[in-house]
Amino acid sequence: MFGFGILSGVTFLPLVGVAFLLTQKGDDDASLRNIRWATLATTLTTFALSLFIWSGFDQTSAAFQFVEQKNWLGSGLVYKMGVDGFSMPFVLLTTFLMPFAILASWDSVQKRVKEYMIAFLVLETLMIGVFCALDLVLFYLFFEGGLIPMFLIIGIWGGKRRVYASFKFFLYTLVGSLLMLVAILAMYGKAGTTDITVLLNTDFPKEMQTWLWLAFFASFAVKMPMWPVHTWLPDAHVEAPTAGSVILAAILLKMGGYGFIRFSLPMFPDASTHFASLIYALSVIAIVYTSLVALVQEDIKKLIAYSSVAHMGYVTMGLFTLNAQGMQGAIFQMISHGFVSGALFLCVGVIYDRMHTREIAAYGGLVNRMPVYAFVFMLFTMANVGLPGTTGFIGEFLSLAGTFQVNSWVALIATSGVIFSAAYALYLYRRVIFGVLDKASLMNIADLTPREIAIFAPLVLITIYYGLQPQAILNATQASVDNLIQTHTALIDAVKLAAAGQ
Amino acid sequence: MPFFVQLAHHFLPETILAVGVIVLILIGAWRGERGFGLVDEMAVGILGLALVTIALSSTPGASIFDGAYVDDGFSRFMKALTLIGAIVSILLSVDWLQRNGLEKFEYPVLIILSTLGMLLLISADNLIALYLGLELMSLALYVMAAFARDDGKSSEAGLKYFVLGALSSGMMLYGASLLYGFAGTISFSGIAAVVSTSAPIGVIFGLVFVLAALAFKMSAAPFHMWTPDVYQGAPTPVTAFFASAAKMAAVAITLRIVFTAFPGVKDQWRQIVIFVSIASMLLGSFAAIGQENIKRLMAYSSIGHMGFALIGLAAADEAGVRGVAIYLTIYLIMTLGTFAAILAMRVQGIYVENVADLAGLSRTNGWMAFFLAMLMFSLAGVPPLAGFFAKYYVLLAAVDAGLFSLAVIGVLASAVAAYYYLRVVKVMYFDEPAPAFDRAPMAVRAVLAISSLALLGFWVYPTPIMDAAAAAAKSLF
Repeated sequence: MFGFGILSGVTFLPLVGVAFLLTQKGDDDASLRNIRWATLATTLTTFALSLFIWSGFDQTSAAFQFVEQKNWLGSGLVYKMGVDGFSMPFVLLTTFLMPFAILASWDSVQKRVKEYMIAFLVLETLMIGVFCALDLVLFYLFFEGGLIPMFLIIGIWGGKRRVYASFKFFLYTLVGSLLMLVAILAMYGKAGTTDITVLLNTDFPKEMQTWLWLAFFASFAVKMPMWPVHTWLPDAHVEAPTAGSVILAAILLKMGGYGFIRFSLPMFPDASTHFASLIYALSVIAIVYTSLVALVQEDIKKLIAYSSVAHMGYVTMGLFTLNAQGMQGAIFQMISHGFVSGALFLCVGVIYDRMHTREIAAYGGLVNRMPVYAFVFMLFTMANVGLPGTTGFIGEFLSLAGTFQVNSWVALIATSGVIFSAAYALYLYRRVIFGVLDKASLMNIADLTPREIAIFAPLVLITIYYGLQPQAILNATQASVDNLIQTHTALIDAVKLAAAGQ
Repeated sequence: MPFFVQLAHHFLPETILAVGVIVLILIGAWRGERGFGLVDEMAVGILGLALVTIALSSTPGASIFDGAYVDDGFSRFMKALTLIGAIVSILLSVDWLQRNGLEKFEYPVLIILSTLGMLLLISADNLIALYLGLELMSLALYVMAAFARDDGKSSEAGLKYFVLGALSSGMMLYGASLLYGFAGTISFSGIAAVVSTSAPIGVIFGLVFVLAALAFKMSAAPFHMWTPDVYQGAPTPVTAFFASAAKMAAVAITLRIVFTAFPGVKDQWRQIVIFVSIASMLLGSFAAIGQENIKRLMAYSSIGHMGFALIGLAAADEAGVRGVAIYLTIYLIMTLGTFAAILAMRVQGIYVENVADLAGLSRTNGWMAFFLAMLMFSLAGVPPLAGFFAKYYVLLAAVDAGLFSLAVIGVLASAVAAYYYLRVVKVMYFDEPAPAFDRAPMAVRAVLAISSLALLGFWVYPTPIMDAAAAAAKSLF
């Protein structure tokens, strides 16, 4: 339609839902019901459309597919969309998780429902856009634009310290991204275009690569988040409403990793090799340090937030190994973390909706009153720890295996993180679920409602299914990963050859 | 070219304003206080007519009046922006003036006189024309700053503006006399011929004085001292006019003089521009953080934005000028929209102007809060709003010209500035509601809505503005 393709369709479809929501007026129950159902229907349709794209996606090719291009803004800027093996899984992850985010807010959000749903739908458009954009400026537009709805979601519907958390989230991310903007402009100056497919084949001088890499790193490291710029994440997670935490952990964090795969690694190969040890060091610190920090948290959400930082450590470590296991593992870990951390925040949301507290000390013995909940929470805790048979295991194992080939010391220290993660996760589980049910406030707590079971059932199934059948995801990314590694090796060899020749 | 042909082809908007303002003064003198409504509407008509003639002018650019005056694509572009600023300022002012008992016919007359000065300034091609335009613009602005003459703050603003403005005029005259003394000519192109390779020290001195005076007019640091006080003290619609139209003219003449009179000493003026740019951005970012009065906040914000626009000038090439032209266009929209929002801040008949008065606006007036929030995000330069593209194109020019540190300082300053724009959003969306505002007049609401939606939808169809800015930049070289 109008020369736009299906990717534009899936990206901007949520805005159609927004247009409908804007027509809804009134605060009575009927219109609130309309608003909720309309939003759910929009996200489900978007998911269906993305599945349709997936069905036409050629897994054996590393090329960009469904490419669409239009002139835009004149002078080198184009509107260009396309997906490859790296971006397709993230598009699906986004569209898959959005309905859960909406369902999780069904009853828990009671004030300003319309604005809340609009913010989420706008956010969905921007998130899908990030993964589909094939033009750097377009990417930047979506990447930064996502700050506005998330800022509002945390700030309006968040907890007590929401203002502090929302400002910290916005300003941290903005500073990193603005440095990336300068790098984007410099790349435009060099290549004369911001078309990603052209930039992938542009040879940037070594000196320049270093600066560009650092500027992109500033942005993605904050988004990821990597130690020591992770401190916005616990605050944002704790204060955000449940659905906000889910989206933040499951998708927004993945933009950092996606950025490394899409830009840093293929476009700046020399710099990536050069800075790999820096990344290893920061990743290992993140894994060990934040795991230890997680161990002493009093707040359930904060604990899961720190565990996210630790898990993202495996991702960055795996990505910069630049071998098949490491990269595949890192990508798998991101997808898996999307399901698992999203589900864990939903689990926290369940008890928060009932008790309105996230203090670990306020709970205990829940298994007596909430057996189904205990089972679900157990499963995702185990997936978070990396129990074989769940998705968490595949990602961690592959990225550790990849790292071992490159640097066994890094792998050794990182493996200790697996033990720490078991420690904090099981310690949390014991304190919340087991023990004696002696707190008066918990005596009447009810188990999962049918709506909540409907939310968790698909997540449980998918976590186990992909834990046993990881090939389904790995195949999708295989071709692109191989392609990246080949190109990278060829480039590095060429540089070595040139150096030897001199 | 015969005189009248020159008038008709290249001096028509100015002629319309000059004749129009005489007619308006006569009407005003004849009808007295009762004449306000008529004069006001006619003023909008006259300015609109001038805008239409610019939009429709298809004659190629030319130099007229023996080289004193130039009519080219760049001047037409900047004049159109200036006229839009003037028209919208008048539309915004009507209700405010009536509620404050200031419905005097002199107000629209002064706006037209000042706008005429701006148009002369934008097209000036020698030092005399430059000074004439500058003074015509400024004298009318001084009076307007003190227009609410029974209000102590307004009178103070007018006096401050006048004293400091006179100082800057003095600097301008001193610089101009040095330039004439050492170059032996007042025409820009004549000066350019003299200083094509190396410049006598006197010319450099003259250049510094002239640039200082112009920096004063566009309120760039370190010549910004008047800005916060005048912005806060002057009547709000007058502030809107200062912040929109007057800035356009000041930046336009700065671009013109450095590119037509001093292309040969680029390295010299570039240093000054870079310094002024960095100083303005840093001052604009940090000094605004503590401001409680939203007009004062906007004053510091405008200082910062001028610094950002000057990044494009520092690049000193066509891409840079295009960047500045785009920046000014978007800045004009943002400023007018924000001042419309400020003019809509009225609680039970009394105008309020503190950031705190906006508390909880999202619940008492959802649409106004949304529009103002979009304006704030745009001022902060967050994509996909237009403010981002403004920054993008000046930064692009700077990076292309190799000014990496300037670009990095610029983006970091804009990250600091983002804090205070976000604070306005925070007050509107996160805080508990303050008393609701009265219903704003139609014109104010329309300006707010249109400007906000234009910023929000800019990325959908930016071509007309981009093309016009590119053509304007091209004609300057």
